[in-house]
Amino acid sequence: MLVEILFWVFASILIVSAVAMILVHNPVHAALLLVLCFFSSASIWLLIEAEFLAVVLILVYVGAVMVLFLFVVMMLDINIEELRARMTRYALIGGLVAGIVVFQIVSVVYTRAIGVDVEQGAAGKPADYSNTAELGQKLYTEYVYSFELAAVLLLIAIVAAISLTMRKRANLKQQDIAAQVAVRREDRVRIVKVDAERPAAPAAPSGDKAP
Amino acid sequence: MIQLNWLLTLSGVLFAVSVAGMFINRKNLILLLMCVELLLLAVNFNFVAFSRYLDDIHGQIFVFFVLTVAAAESAIGLAILVVLFRERRSINVEDLSTLKG
Repeated sequence: MLVEILFWVFASILIVSAVAMILVHNPVHAALLLVLCFFSSASIWLLIEAEFLAVVLILVYVGAVMVLFLFVVMMLDINIEELRARMTRYALIGGLVAGIVVFQIVSVVYTRAIGVDVEQGAAGKPADYSNTAELGQKLYTEYVYSFELAAVLLLIAIVAAISLTMRKRANLKQQDIAAQVAVRREDRVRIVKVDAERPAAPAAPSGDKAP
Repeated sequence: MIQLNWLLTLSGVLFAVSVAGMFINRKNLILLLMCVELLLLAVNFNFVAFSRYLDDIHGQIFVFFVLTVAAAESAIGLAILVVLFRERRSINVEDLSTLKG
């Protein structure tokens, strides 16, 4: 019984914060409400015993992605007033589309066309069951190539993000490899023709050497 | 006991809310990216729910990969946003009409 109550509490927090997120005008408030969405989702995932993904959701989303969002929101000097003008023009059609989406999904879920008894509850796992261990066993055996591809994808994301946002600084002293390779001999060395000649005769010895 | 249809309905409502958010906040690029994150979260709900109720761990592995791709996507999206703001001094979607599409 407690699990159901907690589920409905977390689900209401999730829906309310999602609705508030799309309606607030300040992007910082929207980001913080999205963090609340992720927290309540992680709580629901804990309730249905997907513990590893709940922790990953908090670590990756709240810890990394939303901090990145907040960083960008605060770094950019955005004129909110300009962006919120005429914002309500599309609220009606947005609500209409959302209503249609909800109707379609709910009607599919409740017609039992998906071949699953949707009113079933999942049997609880035994106490010594480890969600992380089972995920890890699949991930490092059956899905090991996908796992490495995901790692490469993250590397590509790092390289892309850095190379997109890196700025050349004007007074930075650094090597220009292309200029070094492209240098020609004529730029660096000048051959001067000098006539070979005997040096002028030294001055006549005065006779008295230095003591 | 949490029923499967509660979770599916919750994920559908969450999906619809974020679709509505895309219509409402269609000028602010940052809020559009946030709505995309919320859409992916709603889809992940379905995967986790079915994985739990069909007792099949593969759904959760798929969620793991979706999270990876979503993190990469938001990182690159925000980088593009920063470059865009440097060029245009604006993140209004309606200013992005260079391609005349």
